[in-house]
Amino acid sequence: MATNYLVLEDGTVLEGVAFGYEKAVSGEVVFTTAMGGYQENITDPSNCGQILVSTYPLMGDYGITDSANQSDNVWIAGLVVKEYCDEPSPMYNGRKIDDFLKEHKIPGISGIDTREITLKTRDNGTMKGAIVYDKANIDAVIEDLKKMPEYPVENLVSKVSCKTAYSVDNGKDLTVGVIDCGLMNGIKKSLSERYNLKVFPYDTAAQTILDAGVDGVVVTNGPGNPAHPEIMDTVVKTVKELSSKTAIVGLGLGNQIVALALGGKTSKLKYGHRGTSQPVRCGTRIYITTQNHGYAIDEASLEGTGLVADQININDKSVEGTRHKDLPIITCQYVPGESSDTAFVYEDFTKMMEARK
Amino acid sequence: MRKEFKKLMVIGSGPIVIGQAAEFDFSGSQACKSLREEGYKTVLVNSNPATIQTDLDMADAVYIEPMTADIVAKIIEKEGVDGIMAGMGGQTALNICSELAENGTLDRLGVTLLGTQPEAIAKSEDRELFKETMEAIGEPVPLSRTCTSIEEALEAVEYIGRYPVLVRPAYTLGGTGGGIAYNEEELRDICGRGLAYSRIHQVLIEESVLGWKEYEYEVMRDHNDNCIIICNMENLDAMGIHTGESIVCAPCLTLSAEDHQRLKTASLKVIRALEIEGGCNVQFAFNPENGDYRLIEVNPRVSRSSALASKATGYPIARVSAKIAVGYNLDEIPNKVTGTTSAAFEPAIDYVVMKIPRWPFDKFRTVDRHLGTQMKSTGETMAIGRSFEEAILKGIRSLEIGVNHLDRMDASDEEIEDELIHATDRRMFAIAEALRRGWGVEKVSKLAQWDPFFTTKIDNIVKMEQRLANEKMTPELMKEAKDMGFADAVIAKFTGSDEMSVRKTRKDMGIIPTYKMVDTCAGEYEAQTPYFYSTYGRTTELKRDKSKKNVIIIGGGPIRIGQGIEFDYSCVHSVMALQDEGIDAVIINNNPETVSTDFDISDRLYFEPLTLEDVLNVIEAEDADGVVCQYGGQTSVNLALDLEKALEGTKTKILGTKPDDMDLAEDRRRFSKLMDDLNIEQPRSGTGYSFEEAKSIAEDIGYPVLVRPSYVLGGRAMEIVYSTDELKTYVETAVKVSRNHPILIDKYLSQAIELDVDLLCDGTDVFVGGIMEHVEYAGVHSGDATMVLPPFTLTESELAEVLEVSRKVALGLNIRGLMNLQLAVKNSKIYMIEANPRSSRTVPFISKATGIPLAKISTQIMLGKTLKEVGLGSGYKTLDHYAIKASVFPFLKLVGVDSILTPEMKSTGEVMGIDENFDIACYKALVAAGNKLPTEGGVYITVNDDDKENILPAAKSLYEMGFTIYATKGTSTFLRNNDIPATTVFKVNENMGIDGLSLMRQGKINLIINTPSLKSGAVRDGATMRRTAVELEIPSMTTVQGANIAVAAIKVARDQKLGVRGMKEFHR
Repeated sequence: MATNYLVLEDGTVLEGVAFGYEKAVSGEVVFTTAMGGYQENITDPSNCGQILVSTYPLMGDYGITDSANQSDNVWIAGLVVKEYCDEPSPMYNGRKIDDFLKEHKIPGISGIDTREITLKTRDNGTMKGAIVYDKANIDAVIEDLKKMPEYPVENLVSKVSCKTAYSVDNGKDLTVGVIDCGLMNGIKKSLSERYNLKVFPYDTAAQTILDAGVDGVVVTNGPGNPAHPEIMDTVVKTVKELSSKTAIVGLGLGNQIVALALGGKTSKLKYGHRGTSQPVRCGTRIYITTQNHGYAIDEASLEGTGLVADQININDKSVEGTRHKDLPIITCQYVPGESSDTAFVYEDFTKMMEARK
Repeated sequence: MRKEFKKLMVIGSGPIVIGQAAEFDFSGSQACKSLREEGYKTVLVNSNPATIQTDLDMADAVYIEPMTADIVAKIIEKEGVDGIMAGMGGQTALNICSELAENGTLDRLGVTLLGTQPEAIAKSEDRELFKETMEAIGEPVPLSRTCTSIEEALEAVEYIGRYPVLVRPAYTLGGTGGGIAYNEEELRDICGRGLAYSRIHQVLIEESVLGWKEYEYEVMRDHNDNCIIICNMENLDAMGIHTGESIVCAPCLTLSAEDHQRLKTASLKVIRALEIEGGCNVQFAFNPENGDYRLIEVNPRVSRSSALASKATGYPIARVSAKIAVGYNLDEIPNKVTGTTSAAFEPAIDYVVMKIPRWPFDKFRTVDRHLGTQMKSTGETMAIGRSFEEAILKGIRSLEIGVNHLDRMDASDEEIEDELIHATDRRMFAIAEALRRGWGVEKVSKLAQWDPFFTTKIDNIVKMEQRLANEKMTPELMKEAKDMGFADAVIAKFTGSDEMSVRKTRKDMGIIPTYKMVDTCAGEYEAQTPYFYSTYGRTTELKRDKSKKNVIIIGGGPIRIGQGIEFDYSCVHSVMALQDEGIDAVIINNNPETVSTDFDISDRLYFEPLTLEDVLNVIEAEDADGVVCQYGGQTSVNLALDLEKALEGTKTKILGTKPDDMDLAEDRRRFSKLMDDLNIEQPRSGTGYSFEEAKSIAEDIGYPVLVRPSYVLGGRAMEIVYSTDELKTYVETAVKVSRNHPILIDKYLSQAIELDVDLLCDGTDVFVGGIMEHVEYAGVHSGDATMVLPPFTLTESELAEVLEVSRKVALGLNIRGLMNLQLAVKNSKIYMIEANPRSSRTVPFISKATGIPLAKISTQIMLGKTLKEVGLGSGYKTLDHYAIKASVFPFLKLVGVDSILTPEMKSTGEVMGIDENFDIACYKALVAAGNKLPTEGGVYITVNDDDKENILPAAKSLYEMGFTIYATKGTSTFLRNNDIPATTVFKVNENMGIDGLSLMRQGKINLIINTPSLKSGAVRDGATMRRTAVELEIPSMTTVQGANIAVAAIKVARDQKLGVRGMKEFHR
């Protein structure tokens, strides 16, 4: 059992026990309060580049199974846990999380007081951090972390988006164009239950999508800062063009991209929303939603864009969804679905498309 | 939106019984507070005086009255109630509300039922309706048929296609009368019982899902149809063992995210289909082979599981349910834990919670220990850790069963295997033992039907034992062992050291516990509510204002026979008293059911085992000014001496009576000497280290004698023996006597009056809060005896002497705070039986009956106030009314326990009857305790020879009231000779004419007076008859004195209409 270290930009050093693949990494250290769904989380492209801290102390209890993957990759930079499970419940015939991380060359650190990091993050805001194997490097790593810019320089969406367009014919009446900013399988499945899909790389031009003969456009979930210059130049621009020409639904990062496209602004949350219990108010209803993001729409900036923030986070009052006053546009910050009573997002989108047919 | 009501009623759950314990005091109290803070006028009804919810200031009016529909109707009418909260008092309250709805009372009085509606109750409780409802929303339930006869049950098995089948009676508590039938014979047997227990004479025969996994979801819904999952929980034990009997962890650990979504979606569909507004519990069976699931049960109310979920997450389910019931929606209700967020969220937890049931088999040696679909446990412990191993080991040492680890089991391989397959309370120990013997995780899991995930965790514990035994102790090893929850004492055992040395080594290594917060949100938001658990992490979250004094109250642990909710009541009162003085009150306890572990009761709550190590850790972390050991029953008293020793030289003081003085009261030899010095009589006694010694002591003292082992407390294995033969049987079957385990022998005072005295002492003054006279003669455990406050037969001079003795003992023992005395009076002579230097079981009862908050005043004394300063001084509280305490027993649920009263305590709970008229007070107490006292019909009398003369007045009275009297040969002859006509019945084995059992089954017997012969042992004559009476719920009086008060009560109930009175009316 090798020793490794979790190092934070504020100088905190925690010694742990290494698992997964041995590789020094750095990234934003974020926490998720989800109590299960670890495999979904680490394979969700929205988490690309992050050092993910699980607040739940046990990890990998029911193993790893192919059907739970949200993509073909593990996108996180590293995983921080109190304890990982080497002998998972055999109920699903799953593999060990340790092996899975090794296979995907992702490092893990266990034996960490994850609650300590969570509280630090909550109180001070998201920090940069690194998983380090060589004790002698720690001081240098801390210096590097301090110098790292606050916003990711990298265009994370470009890493997770598909490289070429593809179609999925589900034998449905409606066909939607999907701008893949990091499409997770859960959303892909929900879309496939309803529509035929034509999936495009994130930097596809608006006209190309319109030419493909779609009834509406889905802007998907994805990682990172929506206001990154390369995103502004690509997806945001595309969506701006599409907004007057077709029905649009923005999900997760897509929610923010739509807002930017229509003239709104986004900013970084203190420590993000990551977990399965984010309460969202929409009229008299409250939805408990699954979310995974570090940025949010500035509500005030929607003034004059035509978008109305009709879904609000009960706890921090951040924008969780919008609707356009005139145009067929609907967005939400979470993953919609039956178990959170939010399938209405898809249903409303369907109606918008049908109305235009 | 808030709805308007003139007055709201909260119905409690009555006495503590198996299947309905303190969780409903917790939920009812929360509901009362929740409604009052919204400005509603409230009325509370509960027959249980040991509850916090029956405190005068919990509601605008509090009624301690029998929990029957007609009594509740009277209170509704008297108080002008227009809304009732039905879902806070368990099955008892739901049944009362259903009855009031069915018989039109609610409509007649214009009363709205809040929260759970009668339709929802019916849809979830009536098996057939439940099935229809679930089928309508496409949710699978096990194949089943409702049956009202054994013939129909046989047809149902044909339809299902195979044995085993489950038999589930409708409308019963904790699965009473249910069972698993593996063949026709068993089906006939279980069905017969089940039909008898069901309120609507109905059982469900159901497809077996034995061996499937069991998951539970706690769901909440508001009027706007917003639904949230509070918590999900996983039973370690597979289907077939009642969830109340299972070890349960939260959250679910082996369920994938996808399957969690499926079960969550199903739970939401269920709560919507039942249109429940408030909390609800949904239970699933889950087939690990293929992922199929079945809905097993829905509880449309707060429950034992919701209390557990509240404590496990910090989400106050009862409080929020009450607010929803009066019209608020989830987002309109603040989350008190964070203070900044609302109740509209799903709690996220960042620890492992483990619930372990506490079974009463240490008390009931003759009961079948096997676990099944019927509850046998009386209480439970909850433990929190950051690893599974830590949580389960903390849970085990919270159980108060004399172990602090998965101890070795001295059993053969065959016995271990049998234990794994047919679970009893010992299975978790058997699992560890099997792993120690190298059976391997796979085999053990298969035998026990545990998920290997859990078995592996136990295996990790076993492996750590080996490492501790074989490796050199290093800081790393120590840290790993502590991470896994190993107690210092256990580490000491495996490393050949002692607890205090390990403690020192550990602290020298810098390995000390950190305290983490339970905050409902896994740290995402800052929490206000200081609710902590220990773990060996890196940082601690405990912050406290050092300028404020702090005092720790040691709680009572799990509810078990002998240590019930009464102790929790006193702990809570002590908290209030400390807070009144501006001191931070800190609670350590591990019982998830109780009010004391509600996070908004104390200034800080530590959910921890109550061992020396765990308590010392909290004391050190808190840097406590004081510790209170008087309120947690024997649990806390037993810690006093060790704590004092460990705290020597620190600033922390043990408040109240000095531990050495406590020991003086507890140590027989020292206490006897004190009694001699004070000139107080004690029954003669001795200690025998062998049978021969015991025999000669007994002969010297003279039979009958009271015998018990010296090393257990609370009346366990205590018996009265009448001869050397019986003494021999006792040492052969019940208790091994040896040099290390002597037995104690006391002269048994036959036909003596027994008294319980609870008093306050400040070192100068002695205030006697109450003297309770037992209805039964001495020899019945005071926890079981029917008690009368104030005494009803004592003479003035006897009373004066009792007060004088009490005063002498209190001053002699240097009591500072509360003390309980048990005295006997024979031929006007007072004998000291025992002195308990602590708050007793009867403290809440007296406090309710007299209006004097004894536990609060006792705390003030501990803080240095005098009785004079609190306005009492020396004295005795006289009353102008009678309060009767009657006990309730678990005989129905525990097959194999004889329903007679003995020195060994058997009751689980108590009720109070209070009135100016002694007989009416008795009537109310007896009815509240569940005795269906008849006003006409047949009485079956069979008494031993000594009692024949004494039973005449009662028999005569019954005859005069028109009862038909049946009696066994000897008794009937005696009665006829005394001009009381009686029909002779025969014992079954006499094979002649009418026998008693048949008469009982035919419904011709409505009351039984049976006093067994004076003989010790488990099986006594008439046991079958008493068992049948228990099963048919025929009230049985097993002492002459009990019979006398029952008959007088029947007479008064026939002659006059009973009124209802609120508690404030007694204490004007």
